[in-house]
Amino acid sequence: MTEAPHVTLRGVRKVFAGTGATSPVDALGPVDLDLAHGEFFAVVGPSGCGKSTLLEVIAGLTPVSEGTVAFEGKPVRGEVPDGVGVVFQEDASLPWLDVTANIAFGLRHSGLPADERERRVRRALELMGLVDFAGSYPAQLSGGMRQRVCIARTLVMEPRLILLDEPFGALDQQTRLLMGDELLRLWRTTGATVFLITHALDEAAMLADRIGVMSARPGRLIDAVETRWPRDRDSRIVEHAEFGAVTARLWKTLREESLKTLGAQMRST
Amino acid sequence: MTRLTIYRLLVVAAAIGTLEALCLAGAIDRITMQPPHEIARDFVRLLASGRMNGAIRKTLGNAAIAFGMALAAGVSFAALLHGMRALRATLDPLFATYYAVPVFAFYPFLIVVFGLGDVPQVLIGFMLAVVAVIVNTLNGLDRVPRVLVKTARVHRLGRLRMATAITLPFAAPYILTGVKLAVAYALIGVVGSEFIMSRGGLGYEISFAYTNFENATMYPLIVLILVISIALNAFLTAWEKRLLLRRGQR
Repeated sequence: MTEAPHVTLRGVRKVFAGTGATSPVDALGPVDLDLAHGEFFAVVGPSGCGKSTLLEVIAGLTPVSEGTVAFEGKPVRGEVPDGVGVVFQEDASLPWLDVTANIAFGLRHSGLPADERERRVRRALELMGLVDFAGSYPAQLSGGMRQRVCIARTLVMEPRLILLDEPFGALDQQTRLLMGDELLRLWRTTGATVFLITHALDEAAMLADRIGVMSARPGRLIDAVETRWPRDRDSRIVEHAEFGAVTARLWKTLREESLKTLGAQMRST
Repeated sequence: MTRLTIYRLLVVAAAIGTLEALCLAGAIDRITMQPPHEIARDFVRLLASGRMNGAIRKTLGNAAIAFGMALAAGVSFAALLHGMRALRATLDPLFATYYAVPVFAFYPFLIVVFGLGDVPQVLIGFMLAVVAVIVNTLNGLDRVPRVLVKTARVHRLGRLRMATAITLPFAAPYILTGVKLAVAYALIGVVGSEFIMSRGGLGYEISFAYTNFENATMYPLIVLILVISIALNAFLTAWEKRLLLRRGQR
């Protein structure tokens, strides 16, 4: 018997209602998607195609206009289901808390015993290389380290589904590759399903088992590329003979969609 | 001590020195004011005598109650109002013009309703202080980044916990600005009310000393109010500085 998908989207559409001065925006869909348990799925697409909206719909942060979203067989409606963690592109560290308190934030009201909370925080500090900065405040850290704090805060909750919205968007290329390695290691360790939004084709090709390509707005999934990389991989996968072929296929599909977006933007200016 | 602090102290010292010289030279007569060194001596004597302990307790106690009420009511009301767009839009012009209203004009009415006790004075202090807390709390809440609100939702925090764990802590430096103003306004409200009509407190004692030409009591009491106000403000400013430094904002 085949295992039921971890996440299921059927006919999902999102239309943002217009205000008096603006027209409604058809942002997303229709989208059909199944994510398998423990899969690493990445999404690429032109700017403004609805990638982040798709992530927020799966997270339960944005209600759908049409269609259904289910996580572990239960419908996602209006609130983030238990077992889902989200890492945002923007800095979401809490500036008034030190690194340890930031990481422990979600655990404070989890009902877990204190020693278990401490164990998880300690492990996350070690995993993310933040032990020496446990007492530092976010303002004392670099952008990359703040993002690691946010990832650690998500990890300590031990989510079964991790949603990442361009988490390395603000980082330099070298740090992105290293953070990618970290992410792959965490994915293997936790066994969670990962849904990653990125605008970098090489990042998607390096990290994911499967990559969904989105069309220009309203965003639909128009292609799905399977990388077939071994589970035990890291950033050196870029040397693989097939790596170029994967990124080339992504770009071939994406180029036309990006041109459509660019054309629309130029027409509107 | 920074160069700026030294300059500030020099300005204060120069002002006191000028006043001292003018008094000693007779340019300011003794009925108007005694020299600052005598004010300082009388200040120490007055405090040491314990004669004003009751008045100090009454004024500071009432100001503390007025401030505490303003802080609790102001922060809670602002947190509620922040989620109510229509009501916020309705009340915004009132907040913007609030300090154009002479709150002391309500004092006789408050005396008629609550009598000559402490309640009208506390209420005047509260009325002056509360809007500063509301306006500054709203200002802080308006600046909470959307990503932190989303973070709260990811952690499935309800409205109350979102306020106590995310939005109000984020807004803390702005609330502290409101707190600084509220402390000053509460003190102004209470002391001012005591001046107008009261049976005790520092404002009443200053007014009593003034009508009886008791400069040896009046000026030390004025200095006492200045010292209390400046000390509270300096403490809150240092706290605010620490808070902002921790957030890399100063």
